[in-house]
Amino acid sequence: MSDAEAHAYDADMRRANRKKAVEGRSVIFKIKRCDGPGKPSRWESFKVPVEQGANVISSLKLIAANPITTDGTKTTPVVWDSGCLEEVCGACTMVINGRVRQSCSCLIDEYAPLEGDVITLEPMSKFPVIRDLWVDRDRLFHALTRVKAWVPIDGTYNMGAGPKESPDHQQMRYALSECMSCGCCLEACPQYTKEEDSDKWDTSFVGAHAISQARLFNEHGTGKRLKGDRYDALSGPGGVSDCGNAQNCVKVCPKGIPLTESIGAVGRGTTVHAIKRFFEGKK
Amino acid sequence: MADEKRVIVVGGGLAGLAASVRIAEAGVPVDLFSMVPVKRSHSVCAQGGINACNEVARQQGYSEYQHFDETLIGGDFLNDQHPVLEMANWAPKIIDLLDRMGVPFNRSSEGFRDLRLFGGSLFKRTHFAGATTGQQLLYALDEQTRRFAAEGKVNKMEFWEFLWPITEGEGEDKRCVGIVAQDMRTMQIRSFRADAVVMATGGCGLVFGKSTNSIICTGGAASRCYQAGAWYGNPEMIQVHPTAIPGADKCRLMSESARGEGGRVWVPKKKGDTRRPTDIPENERYYILEERYPKYGNLVPRDIATREIFDVCVNEGMGINGTNQVYLDLTHRDPEYLTQKLGGIMDIYEKFVGDDPRYTPMRIFPAVHYSMGGLWTTYTPGDYQPEAPLGEHKPGNPIPIDAQPGHGLTIGAHNNAMTNINGLYAFGEVNFAYHGATRLGANALLSCIFDGLCNGVSVVNYVREGVGTPASDIPQSVYDNAEKREQEKHDKIMGSVNTGKGDQSLNPYQIANELGEEMNAASTVVKTGPRLEKCLAKLDELWDRYNRMELGDGAMWTNQSLSFARSVGDMIILGEAIAKAGLLREESRGSHYRTDFPERDDEKFWKASVAKFNPGTNKSEIEFMPVKAGLVKLRPRNYGKVDSGTNKEKIPPKQVAEAKA
Repeated sequence: MSDAEAHAYDADMRRANRKKAVEGRSVIFKIKRCDGPGKPSRWESFKVPVEQGANVISSLKLIAANPITTDGTKTTPVVWDSGCLEEVCGACTMVINGRVRQSCSCLIDEYAPLEGDVITLEPMSKFPVIRDLWVDRDRLFHALTRVKAWVPIDGTYNMGAGPKESPDHQQMRYALSECMSCGCCLEACPQYTKEEDSDKWDTSFVGAHAISQARLFNEHGTGKRLKGDRYDALSGPGGVSDCGNAQNCVKVCPKGIPLTESIGAVGRGTTVHAIKRFFEGKK
Repeated sequence: MADEKRVIVVGGGLAGLAASVRIAEAGVPVDLFSMVPVKRSHSVCAQGGINACNEVARQQGYSEYQHFDETLIGGDFLNDQHPVLEMANWAPKIIDLLDRMGVPFNRSSEGFRDLRLFGGSLFKRTHFAGATTGQQLLYALDEQTRRFAAEGKVNKMEFWEFLWPITEGEGEDKRCVGIVAQDMRTMQIRSFRADAVVMATGGCGLVFGKSTNSIICTGGAASRCYQAGAWYGNPEMIQVHPTAIPGADKCRLMSESARGEGGRVWVPKKKGDTRRPTDIPENERYYILEERYPKYGNLVPRDIATREIFDVCVNEGMGINGTNQVYLDLTHRDPEYLTQKLGGIMDIYEKFVGDDPRYTPMRIFPAVHYSMGGLWTTYTPGDYQPEAPLGEHKPGNPIPIDAQPGHGLTIGAHNNAMTNINGLYAFGEVNFAYHGATRLGANALLSCIFDGLCNGVSVVNYVREGVGTPASDIPQSVYDNAEKREQEKHDKIMGSVNTGKGDQSLNPYQIANELGEEMNAASTVVKTGPRLEKCLAKLDELWDRYNRMELGDGAMWTNQSLSFARSVGDMIILGEAIAKAGLLREESRGSHYRTDFPERDDEKFWKASVAKFNPGTNKSEIEFMPVKAGLVKLRPRNYGKVDSGTNKEKIPPKQVAEAKA
């Protein structure tokens, strides 16, 4: 299935599925499991009754309470990462039926409407597996430090309000600021590959989310004071020029963040920055 | 171990991050412990906004004093008054700081911060960033913390679970000198030294099973401090939010801001009306809150809205199609406006329910949301000593208390927000002081950040000036022993793997489900003495089963079942304090509503219930202690409820009879 087709499937098919969902059915969860780093992976299947409003999380909870596979073997509860369960914290991201997304907002009615339908769950492939569906996303947060994703305030003492801002500009920044560091854009990106050696994180591709965060802070009245540092960080190896323009990131972003726009804006910014540096004789 | 003094902060939500930033900025190194990457903390779920007096409201007659006063009457006077005054005075300055940190607050056309209405006030005093304000504030503080971490001033310990506070000394000299924690990945248990420990671990929604809380909000950390001797204040004060979407795994919050932006709560006047909501004409709708509370309408405090919705559904049987659901209707507002102001929650509703709330009224029901109760804390009052405390503040009157910091609290006093254990602080939701018997909407984010910023200074002063041996000089045996005790508890649970015959009633997930159902049924919207007694008996049974529990996972690596199972015991212990304090508080106040004692009884119960853990019985001993008041006099709390205009007079008598039958 092409990306465009997958995208259309996501919108229309899921809505249609919801309408034909059969009450009182059971569905099969096929889950890729792994006991820890360096251990082999295996698949296990579980038959799970579908409650009203069931999602992947409520189904994993049912499995945890009674972890018996479809062939009757008692196994351990599946390990997965989750938090808010309303798609604002980003924790429960995994690959569901081959597509990366949050598992909390993945409703069973939309993915497996009929008796015996199968849902596959896999951990994200771009990060080291800790156990089962739980992956280590330290590198993702490291990228935020790399681009200095913060406003360099003087301190927490009372010094009056921040810069005034037009409503349009606020709406633009707000859209970027909804990034919950889930990692969907990284999982879908062909340029972003798994890197377990943290010494190499500063020179491997930083990813769409961090480029977009750099833009967010460059757009803030005080935050832009670090613009030069951010462009320096994004000019070298693993920076914005590593983007291969596949545009998968923007298709899988659950918050609809205009990631490709951000990559474009930051790309232009780094070019201008490099020219300026050249004429200033700094490089 | 370096010989410099250090502080441990447990919890990386708004309170923990604000504290970390403030303490690190003052030059004291911070070790920040969190079960999740701090950016994923539960503060992220807060939606509506953050309250503060502002210039527009001020010119309309509002003031910091009015904010303070609203918070007290909202809390039905169970709040500690001095910290609330200080918090209200700081609020505008906190908004300014967040603004400087880059929070994308919604803007007016001229570029000022926009404001919206919120429950318990007739003034616009709520600042917001779409309908994901908590997320945006958390991110701003997460970014500042990341900056301090990059500079080496904050040491983040993510995926570490707090197990126990390490103390030395007894009685009034008891002092917290570190913690024991467990790495959730490697399962290593180890002790950490600190000269002070700040608990910023949030609420305990999971005690009630399905709530609006995140999966980490078990109250386990607070419960462990309570078991270690910290007092727990007003445990029975649990907020049930009026508007949530019931779900299979949790109840998803639909922010009070939906009502602040004009959302109306209604049910069809005709019981069992099967028409689509949009087909029901205006005069056949019963606007529950507007008719019962003409003054505040849909913006009465949460406990009141919740009880009225509960009353209409459960007592009168008028819920939509006979279910326990009512409409929350925004369809009369411009869809574009809704996207701009409430986009976050519009999306959540659409994703989880499948209908677009811009065009179809939402279907909602109350759900457990917030714990006003928490670890008991003390403070040093400021210099404000009113000769004759004023009653209700009339808009336009002069402000009776100067809105300068330092009048409510003595800023920097060592004991501000400190528990009864020296050096053990409680910030944010886990601090019982601010919200009394009901929290007003958009005051939670404020109290979290206020605790961190204001009382973070107290922590710094305590560490720098405090008496006692520095933690770095305390004998290693103190830490080794604490570590050993936790290891033994851990090994006992691990020893239960595969010991039985797979008895489902001994499965920790099953025990937790039953705990949630029982607590929800007995100790939320409507309580009675006999039902709470039954609940306590059920908790005894669950405690017994918990002690014979069988764990389903024996892995020595990333064992989530173990972590969850351990917290089930902590939740039962906390549940017992919640139910028992509810049983002993024979009155109705704020969120605590007893049908067998429907009136507020100030004579007997204008007191904080303080739970002290008895390690011999594993149960609470509840003591009622006077509320730390003195600034504002008691007055009735009814938000202008009227009897006329209730539904009972407007629907045909036959239907009323049906509803009652």
